[in-house]
Amino acid sequence: MQPQADVDYSREELLICTIARLLEGVDHIAVGVSSPIPGSAALLQRERSAGATRVTVLNSRALQALNDGVSELFDMAAQGRVGAFFLSGGQIDGQGNINLVGVGDYPQMKVRWSGSFGSAMLYFLVPRVILFREEHTRRTMVDKVDFISAPGTSEEGVYRPGGPHAMITNLCAFAFDRAKGRFRLQSIHPGHTLEEVLDNTGFDFDYSDDLPATAEPDEESLTLLRGRLAAQIADPYPKFVERVWGVAAS
Amino acid sequence: MNIELSQLVAGIADGARLVVPPSRSGAAIAATHALIARQIRDLHLVAVPTSGLQADLLIGAGCVATVESAGVTLDEHGQAPRFVSAVKEAGIKLMDTTCPALISALQAGEKGIPFIPMRGLLGSDLLANRPDYRVIDNPMADSGDPIVLLPAIVPDVALFHAPLADRHGNVWIGQIRELMTMAHAARQTLVTVEEIIDDDLMQDELRAPATIPAHYISDIAIARQGAWPLPLPTRYAADAAALEDYATVARTQSGFERYLQRSQPVLHATAS
Repeated sequence: MQPQADVDYSREELLICTIARLLEGVDHIAVGVSSPIPGSAALLQRERSAGATRVTVLNSRALQALNDGVSELFDMAAQGRVGAFFLSGGQIDGQGNINLVGVGDYPQMKVRWSGSFGSAMLYFLVPRVILFREEHTRRTMVDKVDFISAPGTSEEGVYRPGGPHAMITNLCAFAFDRAKGRFRLQSIHPGHTLEEVLDNTGFDFDYSDDLPATAEPDEESLTLLRGRLAAQIADPYPKFVERVWGVAAS
Repeated sequence: MNIELSQLVAGIADGARLVVPPSRSGAAIAATHALIARQIRDLHLVAVPTSGLQADLLIGAGCVATVESAGVTLDEHGQAPRFVSAVKEAGIKLMDTTCPALISALQAGEKGIPFIPMRGLLGSDLLANRPDYRVIDNPMADSGDPIVLLPAIVPDVALFHAPLADRHGNVWIGQIRELMTMAHAARQTLVTVEEIIDDDLMQDELRAPATIPAHYISDIAIARQGAWPLPLPTRYAADAAALEDYATVARTQSGFERYLQRSQPVLHATAS
């Protein structure tokens, strides 16, 4: 599959538009620190919703209309006031378990990452958690994570209105089937192949033989991103906007 | 009630359970250097809910026995190098958890109750490695509903940096409400500020809601640029070049020690 676009677009723009489609109809999208691509997707969805969708970007001046300290977002999530959130992982496995702690045996791990942050609560309580990890290799997409920061599924009887909804990588888009506890490949990004996805994924997943290519960004979205939205995105993510769209933060 | 930095940190004992805020919320870095200078040992550092440069400095200087946190990172400047090194060498005890667990447990401390329930955590390796967390069946539910109980956190000392205090000892924190929770929960609260003003913050309707009453504050010291190179909301942004410099030189213990030596005089100059 080769790019067949009428207009040129970047890898980042494809990922942003793919994620934005997963956010349709969400009342309130929250975005964590250092997540420029999910943050841009959230702002694109807000624009398309004509303001019906609220967006909270942590540590942003203009995009964080909260004033009760670090507890407020978690309290909102616990009450069902956050419809979508993004999580990632140094390792993600086929059951949707995510690992933000490290590689090897805990606690004296051979590779240590920052820590689990809010994942062990938000993964349970936010209805639409979208996993986003650009690097799609057998190092990141593993059969079994070394440490479960937050599990993909829970036993029956555990209070869990939330969980994984989809996973987007540099190669493809997966949906997560919560009943089966498995990923299903939904589409492969233009320029990539099923063989490439299979070769680079350490876990089993479901797929059909007639897989579509991930839809390319439409012109309207690209115009929005490169114009009005770039200025908004530059508030929390100035370096990203400068790199992708060559626009300096205002 | 303004005292010297060295006097301020003299109130923190070896082995203290010390609570600190995240990097963007008023981390008291000048006071941290003063703590390192007095060679404090065996701290139980509670980062509510995360830390970065501050935890890394204390760990690198050998001041920390235990880190209780949901994340230790230099954010866009990468991994916290002394933290990562200490984990690999088993030089510190880890109490890994998730952000809302630290906040909720501190709120239990604030309320003077022994524990607090929290959703989530079930089935995680965080829970599996925290014998102090318990799972019970929700006694208010009709059918089975497992839920995690967190023991209250009552810190010996809360330490942070704020824009200003008044001469009555009230401290203005702006929108960083987690500092209020810390001060309420801790037995002692030590604060560094950019300046001490003559007004009474508690008598100002606009500023009082964002002010910690003097009742909770044990001691205050002036430390200009006291969060540097981290940011202080309403006053200054992060010094990205200085943080990048730290991230680079602190990759080795010897580089870290050189950084400490050359940072001390700078801090004394800015704090005076």
